[in-house]
Amino acid sequence: MSSNDPWLHTPPRESAIFDKHTIAEIHRAAATGIYDIRGFGAKRKLPHFDDLLFVGASISRYPLEGYREKCGTDVTLGTRYAKKPITLKIPVTIAGMSFGSLSAPAKEALGRGASAVGTSTTTGDGGMTPEEREHSSLLVYQVLPSRYGMEPDQLRKADAIEVVVGQGAKPGGGGMLLGQKISDRVAAMRTLPKGIDQRSACRHPDWTGPDDLAIKIEELREITEWEKPVYVKVGAARPYYDTALAVKAGADVVVLDGMQGGTAATQEVFIEHCGIPTLAAIRPAVKALEELGMHRKVQLIVSGGIRSGADVAKALALGADAVSIGTAALIALGDNHPHWQEEYRKLRTTAGCYDDWHEGRDPAGITTQDPELTRRLDPLLAGKRLANFLSVLTLECQTIARANGKSHVHNLEPEDLVALTVEASAMAGVPLAGTDWIPGQGSSR
Amino acid sequence: MAHQPLAAGPAGEPIRNTTLDLAHMSVREVNRLLHAASQGDFLIKNPRGLHAIVAGLDGELNVSIDGHVGYYCAGMNKRASININGNAGTGVAENIMSGLVHVKGDVSQSAGATGCGGLLIIDGNASARCGISMRGLDIVVKGSVGHMSAFMAQAGNLVVLGDAGDALGDSIYEARLYLRGKVKSLGSDCVMKDMREEHKASLRNLLDAAGIGGAVDVSEFRRYGSARSLYNFHISNLGSY
Amino acid sequence: MCGIVGLFLKNVALEPELGRLTADMVRELRDRGPDSAGFAVYGDETSGTTKICTIVRTGRVAWPQIAERLANATNANVSVEEIENHAVIKTEGDGDMARSWLIDNVPEAIVLSQGLSIEIFKGVGDPGIVVERLNLIGRKGSHAIAHTRMATESAITIAGSHPFSTGEDTCLVHNGSLSNHNRLRDLLRRHGERFQTENDSEVAAAYLTWRMREGDSLKAALQQSLQALDGFYTFVVGTREGFAVLRDPIACKPAVLAETDDWVAFGTEFRALATLPGVVNARIWEPEPATVYVWSRE
Repeated sequence: MSSNDPWLHTPPRESAIFDKHTIAEIHRAAATGIYDIRGFGAKRKLPHFDDLLFVGASISRYPLEGYREKCGTDVTLGTRYAKKPITLKIPVTIAGMSFGSLSAPAKEALGRGASAVGTSTTTGDGGMTPEEREHSSLLVYQVLPSRYGMEPDQLRKADAIEVVVGQGAKPGGGGMLLGQKISDRVAAMRTLPKGIDQRSACRHPDWTGPDDLAIKIEELREITEWEKPVYVKVGAARPYYDTALAVKAGADVVVLDGMQGGTAATQEVFIEHCGIPTLAAIRPAVKALEELGMHRKVQLIVSGGIRSGADVAKALALGADAVSIGTAALIALGDNHPHWQEEYRKLRTTAGCYDDWHEGRDPAGITTQDPELTRRLDPLLAGKRLANFLSVLTLECQTIARANGKSHVHNLEPEDLVALTVEASAMAGVPLAGTDWIPGQGSSR
Repeated sequence: MAHQPLAAGPAGEPIRNTTLDLAHMSVREVNRLLHAASQGDFLIKNPRGLHAIVAGLDGELNVSIDGHVGYYCAGMNKRASININGNAGTGVAENIMSGLVHVKGDVSQSAGATGCGGLLIIDGNASARCGISMRGLDIVVKGSVGHMSAFMAQAGNLVVLGDAGDALGDSIYEARLYLRGKVKSLGSDCVMKDMREEHKASLRNLLDAAGIGGAVDVSEFRRYGSARSLYNFHISNLGSY
Repeated sequence: MCGIVGLFLKNVALEPELGRLTADMVRELRDRGPDSAGFAVYGDETSGTTKICTIVRTGRVAWPQIAERLANATNANVSVEEIENHAVIKTEGDGDMARSWLIDNVPEAIVLSQGLSIEIFKGVGDPGIVVERLNLIGRKGSHAIAHTRMATESAITIAGSHPFSTGEDTCLVHNGSLSNHNRLRDLLRRHGERFQTENDSEVAAAYLTWRMREGDSLKAALQQSLQALDGFYTFVVGTREGFAVLRDPIACKPAVLAETDDWVAFGTEFRALATLPGVVNARIWEPEPATVYVWSRE
């Protein structure tokens, strides 16, 4: 066959196994001899909330009027043991992200935005900054394996305490902060030398296992006079057992972070190949709570890839009490905005794909400590953007809830949902649309 | 449970020199009282291995505990002086900010974990992970310490008159270790360092603070600390991570 | 995740108190093991008599008739005593044969233990109530091991409760979490071990049984398990003569030992030991990681 024959055309065929990202990664590994580290959450396609749909109103089920007929969105956390449970106006909170991984203006913006709509923010690996406490009307304080920044006065200043066992991006991994982000201030807060690459513990220093966690929680309550709700956060691994054990260890709230959950920095293989999808984690966790008679008594907060009011509504319908956003909150602040496209190009990426948050060169001034860059983020404007986004999440969730006949978003239930794929049906425990079939469960129960 | 009748002071605080009996009071009641006090001397009896006894104190208090305590005794202590006349369980003085904790007996693992300041004196032996992730605390152990002691220790001083177990100072940052006895093995990036005059002086101060300065010769000690080769990720160090 | 207690009496005058002392210890560890409890008591030996403890899964079993059938099948004297949902079968015949016969012929029951000295009892629910129901308080003997359970990756069932019997007069309790037990279970099945649960601790018990069947001493088998088992564990193993303790090399899970002239005791927390007479003057220490400790009579 002549290669000049105009009939012949051979568009290049990309391999689905050795696709261009895989080939690039092998080249990178060969050049550097070290694993790839990045931020953001799992990027690969996974069964997620998009594979579920709400059924909506029909002849048998009547909707509520928008605006005039109330659809409640409040949620109270910590009713099990805390003397001072906290009430959020909306069922969306801001997930734990450290000062260190984020800039000071970013933390301030998160606080302003969350407070404007009556919800909470969470500290991260590194402790509580005074600005954070000042700008967040409700602040959850993390107790992490590293204990960077941990001290009793901060514990007492918090509105709730979150003992972190793990996070979705890296269940079993510790924190990671590279030298370029360990500024003077960060170094001082963490008692580390400036500019070094922080190594972090993956287990807590003074307890291992739920039986000893119970004793640790008791200590934290003693130090804070049993006032504050204690959350236990786990990455989605064995959610049925982990939830039951968190309850037995004495948690007021369980926070469950699916593999789509973001991180400031960790190994790429951890993000993409460890932990289970958020969608697969919720029903087992709720089942554990129900079997212990603790559903709604120990509250469940779900995170990992929450992007819209539809995601919020679906998580609540599957049994969560609230959701948490991390990546979406940063995007709302301005992360990955096309406004900075020229700069993204210089970083050899493009707006929407930027995930090298560990490098501390974020053009948006969010995941960086560089004063030149952080100057670009106006905490008041960014806070307003976050408040807007949180409001939209709430309104969207209410719209869906009303359309399904609910006067409170907590009355959303699994029976309001159907699945579009076999995987989503099996994971969420809801039937395939138009059928009464759930894989593994046969016909409708 | 019958309460100890306690007279209250003008500010509603318990009168000094109070005895609190955990056989008749709960840990919660004892802690609540002591959290409300800004000064005073207290004797706590019958701890019987209970947990979180005197955790979270903040004040110029002097507390003595007669007996063995459970986990997290004196956790997150600020300013108070606490004497434990017995053994202590896991995490004694964990995250201590300041003040003094003195254990007359032995301690379980993770003694002084993540401690930021103050002084922890252990008359007996410490078990595994003594001083893990310490961040400025000084610890003086008159006996020996177990494996993984000073793991990821960031700042502060650990003085051990006896021996150290496996993996001493694994992944250590800037904390200083002074050891008189034998070390079973050193952890990743932990190396022996010179004992110069300033280190001997510092060690002397630590031993004085622990009340044994006169009885111990600083030149019998060796100093250990970070080789600092793991401070920046490097592929050639992968075996050490 | 759990609580373990062990008590070995050096002073025979305390033998009538064994059960009461052990029960006091168990109660202190109910918080860390709220789901179920089990205990093994060693004592009450009659020469030539093997005791087999069983528990009924559901329903009722006509034990007197079973005892008669067993006696006929094995040509030996057999008696049976019931307590709650347990039955203690005593045979003057071959113990192994009786055990196999019971497993094969009484599927409604689980065999908990077999031996000249050992008796194992288990119950689901609050450990304080379980030990009362099963009269731990009234039992006499030379040594005992007990366990309070917080189920981690398997269901809360009688079968899943510790102690696990590992052979004649031997049992195991575990605090921690193994990580390679699933493949090890398959290997042990191929070597003839039988499993009743998905429990990691049961795998550890079966591993020891297998090694000892192959001729290893208990000490050697425990030594080998440091290689064979991966994860976090504190094991206490009961034998006819006494007990053994082993912690994994990382040793995150707690363990406290105490000794006086009258007794040696093990507890996951000191709190459990605080109830013992004379503990105020006891020598108290923690077992070293990756080291086998054994206490036995004579």
